Amino acid sequence: MPTFYGTEVTSRLMLGTAQYPSPAILADAFRRSGAGIATVSVRREASGDQAGQDFWALIRDLGVAVLPNTAGCYSVREAVTTAQMARELFDTNWIKLEVIGHADTLQPDPFGLVDAAAQLAEDGFEVFPYCTEDLVLCERLVEVGCKVLMPWGAPIGTGLGLNNIYGLRSLRAHFPDIPLVVDAGLGLPSQAAHAMELGYEAVLLNTAVAKAGDPAAMAQAFGLAVQAGALAASADPMDARDMAAPSTPVFGKAML
Amino acid sequence: MSGPFTIIGGGVCGLAMAAELSSRGVQVTVIDPKGAPGDHACSWWAGGMLAPDCEGASAEPEIVRQGRKAVGWWESQGAAVHHEGTLVVALYRDQSNLATFARRAPSAATLSKGQIAEQEPHLAERYSKALFLADEGHLDPRATLTALHAKLAQRGVRFGDEITGQVIDCRGLAARDSLTDLRGVKGEMLVVRCPDMTLSRPVRLLHPRFPLYIVPRGDGEFMLGATQIETRERSRATLRSVMELMNAAYALHPAFGEAELLEIGVDARPAFPDNQPRIRRIGEVIYANGLFRHGFLLAPALAQMTADLVLDGKIPEVWYEDYRER
Repeated sequence: MPTFYGTEVTSRLMLGTAQYPSPAILADAFRRSGAGIATVSVRREASGDQAGQDFWALIRDLGVAVLPNTAGCYSVREAVTTAQMARELFDTNWIKLEVIGHADTLQPDPFGLVDAAAQLAEDGFEVFPYCTEDLVLCERLVEVGCKVLMPWGAPIGTGLGLNNIYGLRSLRAHFPDIPLVVDAGLGLPSQAAHAMELGYEAVLLNTAVAKAGDPAAMAQAFGLAVQAGALAASADPMDARDMAAPSTPVFGKAML
Repeated sequence: MSGPFTIIGGGVCGLAMAAELSSRGVQVTVIDPKGAPGDHACSWWAGGMLAPDCEGASAEPEIVRQGRKAVGWWESQGAAVHHEGTLVVALYRDQSNLATFARRAPSAATLSKGQIAEQEPHLAERYSKALFLADEGHLDPRATLTALHAKLAQRGVRFGDEITGQVIDCRGLAARDSLTDLRGVKGEMLVVRCPDMTLSRPVRLLHPRFPLYIVPRGDGEFMLGATQIETRERSRATLRSVMELMNAAYALHPAFGEAELLEIGVDARPAFPDNQPRIRRIGEVIYANGLFRHGFLLAPALAQMTADLVLDGKIPEVWYEDYRER
């Protein structure tokens, strides 16, 4: 199982906690999927005081590692402040860092992201940056102290899957020792399995499960898919080829 | 048991409970320290949509089933229920949301541009496709609560501060002191006046980030709702939330850009972990709570089941929990 900042997690599936029909269904989704990490939006849900405690208690009761995030932050300062609030609320140095650069596509602001990651790493945070698959950006993030990278598959909430297989593959090749997580854009379990087959350590998703007609069943499907994909990746898959290669012997047939 | 009963809490849950019990001929007292219905009750801020089929697109089937009783019940209590159905639209780029909604709300009929024009001429300017749920209704929550309060007093329901007989606790979020799994879900809403706009029925805008409903309140007034934030904070509407509601309304129809802002409302809905209500016995007290965003929709069913329980000993078919020591 993957290890993030020295902590081995129990699953390759990370689930967000927003938009479920109810906390009971959210809990069901975690149970049935075996997801090992729950991400929580601090900015949106918390007012930072006692008032939000009921929901935090529900999240803690899931019994999985909590990865607070800075979802909805559009500036470095906002993201850093939110991270500091999250550290106090959840008593963890982990932070999934989102610095959004564009309101329509919700794509990361790569410049702000590096800046915020540097500040937070300096301050003792263990940063999980939500980034694009841009190789140079990822190098910068690693330089400032990120030991995990979380490139998007597609824009948040679109369900488009892995939009740039080439980019994701080259990241894997370029960072053989950094845990890589596909974060955002997944819509179907097959896409999660594909990410595993590319050699990624984990996937993180929310909408695909929360907005499914039966979120708990979809969560279970994703849980099975990441297992299948990871198993396949460890089984040294065959290489694709152009010409047919018969799977049964052809002795005794005329060779044309 | 034949009473008397004391209901604590005079929001939609308590008043529906008082109405149901008193209509069955038993003596009822309602205790609400704030007196008449007002902004201290979460239901004061409600949309007043009686829309079980719409809710069914994302809520449990039981909510749909029990919610279907609402229109008839409120009318039997003399409430002015509008039978105009619900219209559901999505912006062009979110058409896939409309398809998903149609699949999950099977009673929704698809309307063409011409059919939309017959229902809501102003929306036909902007939408060529909509969903219509014909059997749904809506009411004005404040007028309904105020009228029901007056009617109950006429009917002999006492509004006082003395507990007599069986206590039925309908305090909403305030009952957290006894119901440890009750949480608050904050909602923010707006009331605007927009004389340029005419709508005859609630309209829902499906939007991946800022879902919105608009309920006409007559005289050019509209209620815009509502956010859902996991906190029991009952005040402090944020600029972000208000902006999102306004943006969504403006996107629904630009005429709302000229609307006058009359009110910004905030409160927190009482909810159990599965967002479904409960009738729960703890000791000698019966708690009816957890109506979440379904106050006017489910208070009737909850009141009927509670009355069946306390008067006829009939165990409710759903949502009942007996925590008494056996």
